[in-house]
Amino acid sequence: MALQKKKVWCAMGIIEAAKLAFEYKKYDENGEVEEMVRAIDGVDLDVKKGDFVAILGHNGSGKSTLAKQINAILAPTEGTLYVDGKDVRDEQNIWDVRQAAGMVFQNPDNQIIGTVVEEDVGFGPENMGIPTEEIWERVEESLKSVGMWKYRKNSPNKLSGGQKQRVAIAGVVAMHPKCIVLDEPTAMLDPTGRREVIRTIRALNQVEEVTVLLITHYMEEVIYADKVIVMDDGKIVMQGTPSEIFAQVDKLKEYRLDVPQVTLLAHELKKAGLDLPDCVLSVEELVKALCR
Amino acid sequence: MSIKLEHVSYVYSEGNAFERKALDDISLEIPDGQFIGIIGHTGSGKSTLIQHLNGLLKATSGIISYNGENIYQEGYDMRALRSKVGLVFQYPEHQLFEVDVFSDVCFGPKNLGLSQEEVESRAKKALSQVGMSEKYYKKSPFELSGGQKRRVAIAGILAMHPDVLILDEPTAGLDPKGRDEILDQIAFLQKERRITVILVSHSMEDVAKYVDRIIVMNDGKAVYDDTPKQVFQQYRELETMGLAAPQVTYVVKGLEEKGWDIDTTATTVEEAKEAILKAWKKRKSG
Repeated sequence: MALQKKKVWCAMGIIEAAKLAFEYKKYDENGEVEEMVRAIDGVDLDVKKGDFVAILGHNGSGKSTLAKQINAILAPTEGTLYVDGKDVRDEQNIWDVRQAAGMVFQNPDNQIIGTVVEEDVGFGPENMGIPTEEIWERVEESLKSVGMWKYRKNSPNKLSGGQKQRVAIAGVVAMHPKCIVLDEPTAMLDPTGRREVIRTIRALNQVEEVTVLLITHYMEEVIYADKVIVMDDGKIVMQGTPSEIFAQVDKLKEYRLDVPQVTLLAHELKKAGLDLPDCVLSVEELVKALCR
Repeated sequence: MSIKLEHVSYVYSEGNAFERKALDDISLEIPDGQFIGIIGHTGSGKSTLIQHLNGLLKATSGIISYNGENIYQEGYDMRALRSKVGLVFQYPEHQLFEVDVFSDVCFGPKNLGLSQEEVESRAKKALSQVGMSEKYYKKSPFELSGGQKRRVAIAGILAMHPDVLILDEPTAGLDPKGRDEILDQIAFLQKERRITVILVSHSMEDVAKYVDRIIVMNDGKAVYDDTPKQVFQQYRELETMGLAAPQVTYVVKGLEEKGWDIDTTATTVEEAKEAILKAWKKRKSG
């Protein structure tokens, strides 16, 4: 009975982690084990279908390790992790897990292999053994969903950074994942490229109802998420809505993080005596609050 | 003492089908001791421009002079130029290769032919300038965090005692604290050693906070060259070039559109706070 109950519970969430850990050995010069490092340390996570979850944390806090576990690149050393109801520790599930949770990385140049945009996007579904006709349908639908359809005959080399990254996202979308994990997808982009990519991610989440897990160092990209998770030392140390998280300016600074510039400005103005809400997340919101 | 560019152009793959003008008739002067920001979208010519400043790329036409001497004249000592104009590439930590941190920083000055004593004293100084204490000297670069590796890479250039330090997106991929630490450190060095710093960045907020002068690159041309306040006033034009103004500039502009009598030149949180409080008091009393 207990087993059955667990199955139902697993089927509900896209990503379900319980007491998840990842431990590795660090060796010294002589090949002796120097210490054990716990890169992930007791993480409980429950991401539901259609959620937009953002993960913040300083360099080395465990964000990317977690992303690699979700994509079955690294296997958990303790605890459990189910992706779309499949146990990632089971070798037989690896391909199902990777298809359920698609990854997008920092550097678009390392993810694009085709010489023509549409070929690059078709590469994933082709490898999955999808019939040719359906591949083209998927290429069209995913390039349209990231707003790159009119560039389908272009060479990826001629695209801007933001456009390349959108092609990389389309390549993942074409594989029809339940969930997309993006590991700092905007770190190398200029302001317009960043805006394009974030807009694309939001559209995928809201229109196509794709579950999104966004790892980033740009605080202003997080304000659209349903839920923000802050990691430190392999553990989840804060979680809540963007307003709940960004209201805690001092605590975030302790974790080497920050708040969006406009949130900081509102915080300073409030301290100076202006009547403003506890947490302001966007330029429009602040202008409106000041004009009340 | 300055770097001067006169009508510098650079053409890729000249004469074949892929010909492209990466730099288009650039003239500008970089005097001693300035803190300069270069902004522009991906492919606008920023990286091509900075690689000209220490002679890594040779202009197709035009003249570059360093301290009054044409660097393209016959017999010009390019090696000396490169030790005086230090360039820190994007993701410089990928270029760390020695067995430990200290040896890596020694590599540059050693190649300048200095005595062992001088090399080591320079390396120690440079590491302390980027905030890396002695306990890291014998560590392998691979054991360091992203921000630490980047600081070691910057120390390697500082140990060459450059007069000009050029950094291509030194904070890409770093967490907010790491970003602030590196930029604060660079700003401190710039003041203390009175070196010229040229910072290539995609963060408008960082550029606004630190530099005295911004050069905006678009399509291989330097389209604006002015103080941050002046440049970010052109935010609509900047947006058409794939750029933007800092978030706080949009707040003061937004208030002006709503009829506020407000100074809209703010580019930092401090300036915006001051401008808003001043305008707010005026509204209450008027």
